Amino acid sequence: MAQIVLDQLAAKFTGGEILESGTSHGDEWARIRRDAWLAVGEFLRDDAATKMEMFIDLTCVDRLGMHGGNPDAPRFDVVLHLYSVVHKHRVRLYCGVTEDDASVDTLCGLWPGANWFEREAYDLYGVRFKGHPDLRRILMYPEFVGHPLRKDYPKEKRQPLVRRNAATRE
Amino acid sequence: MDDHDTTLAPAPRKVVLGFQDVEDLTAPDLPTEPVPLNMGPSHPAMHGTVRMVLEVEGERISSADIQIGYLHRCFEKESESATWTQVFPYTDRLNYISPMLNNVGYAMAVEKLLDITKEIPERAQYIRVIVGEVSRITDHLTCLGASAMELGAFTVFLYALKAREWLFELLEEVCGARLTSTYLRIGGVAYDLPPDFDAKLRGILERTQIVLSDISKLLDRNRIFRDRMDGIGIITREDAISYGITGPVGRSTGLAYDVRKDHPYLVYDRFDFDVPIGSTGDNFDRYAVRVEEIHQSIRILDQALKQIPPGPFMHGDPRIALPPKSEVYNSIEGMIAHFKNIMDGIHVPSGEVYSFTEAGNGELGFYIVSDGTGRPWKCRVRPPCFPATAVLTKVLPGLFIADVVPTFGMINMIGGECDR
Repeated sequence: MAQIVLDQLAAKFTGGEILESGTSHGDEWARIRRDAWLAVGEFLRDDAATKMEMFIDLTCVDRLGMHGGNPDAPRFDVVLHLYSVVHKHRVRLYCGVTEDDASVDTLCGLWPGANWFEREAYDLYGVRFKGHPDLRRILMYPEFVGHPLRKDYPKEKRQPLVRRNAATRE
Repeated sequence: MDDHDTTLAPAPRKVVLGFQDVEDLTAPDLPTEPVPLNMGPSHPAMHGTVRMVLEVEGERISSADIQIGYLHRCFEKESESATWTQVFPYTDRLNYISPMLNNVGYAMAVEKLLDITKEIPERAQYIRVIVGEVSRITDHLTCLGASAMELGAFTVFLYALKAREWLFELLEEVCGARLTSTYLRIGGVAYDLPPDFDAKLRGILERTQIVLSDISKLLDRNRIFRDRMDGIGIITREDAISYGITGPVGRSTGLAYDVRKDHPYLVYDRFDFDVPIGSTGDNFDRYAVRVEEIHQSIRILDQALKQIPPGPFMHGDPRIALPPKSEVYNSIEGMIAHFKNIMDGIHVPSGEVYSFTEAGNGELGFYIVSDGTGRPWKCRVRPPCFPATAVLTKVLPGLFIADVVPTFGMINMIGGECDR
């Protein structure tokens, strides 16, 4: 349905920025090299044939142990969904980030809607978005330790909210 | 009588509206200094717990920090350790005013991953449309009633909730619960509609239309209501697109995007209905779009009740559907199938899908990752009111403190869905 988006990407980015792409269950998807994340986003938003101007969703997937123990495979995927109001097509983009350097460029400059979604991804997965204007926790409270949706965060773990020390404010 | 009517008719507007005329109110050399003001998380106008840290200069808001998360219930984390069917009760509690629509969204996502979307029995598809549209009406009625109440129109609140209660009672007859329905199953619905559902629903819809016309009579030309809705909280079409705002809030800006129309799912392509859109994107447009959507839902329901065919309401595959109770109790095969289905859950092949439906607040997306073990690896909800709440940080500055109440009300942020 949105094969044109993948074709456009393949025609524009020939330097290996598109690591992989395909269609599954009727959804078009492409895996983007991390340093091209912003450029691909900008191209998809502005190109007349793609016109993905609507921000739909941004989240992460923790693939801990999913790659069969391959140490080179990135642990996290940042997953972005975009939609075109004009052409009525959508695409899903992945960007793999490793645990040691869990960061990727922010998309806030392209779609202001990315702001809160990236805050949520940072809050729950600990992936940092470089250049984000306001990277605070959004669903959890500031004192919370860790990132609850990581697969190695135990579901039963409890963190009672401890009152801050009034003197040191920490 | 004629004289009376002319006094009621909306006169050409001369009142001070919104921030455009705010300079007229403030003496130019009056010193002001910014004062931080907390609204919420426990505040009568913040239905749903949300905290707004406003910075005000006099009565005017200069910056707003919207803090959500007070209703975070770890939907995703809990889903990851549940079987695919066990996620349904969690979805009820997303948008708890229209639980059926969340059920529909989740069921369709898993069915997309199972590749059985086309095999769902027709009757089940119609039932999903019917309970979904009834839920949409309850959702909009709650939003209208609560917002009107916050502006002082308590009668409207009682009228709207009266109608909502008729519909909830009807849904209770269908699935046994007013709000926590858990009515849908992967592959169909849990039970068939009760015997005299058709007549009851038609009766309720007729009475609901009377309630709607009463509400319109109370609000549409009400000076107090119009003064606080017209031209307040304007969201532009460009903002709606770049923030990802869909549903009634998005349509009020003129963005004619409705998943039911643009990407028809279930049997929505068989119904004749219109998608109302606004022109200015202010609070009154959002109110008017919601009222019209209730009328359109009634139209859809009317056609669905006429078209709904008899037949099975559950997918026939024993790997997906539970066996009938007569088999469970009378044959060892049936009992084992039931046991395996409950304990192990449905086996969804590994893969990833994004499935989206039109919920009460807009595009409700489910991004599901399966690794084939019988439990979701990830079950992400794309909540429609999340971006609509995010845009408030841009919309509120420049408005008065009192404008927060109708603006926030018409955004219809539902804590359960926004915070998950």
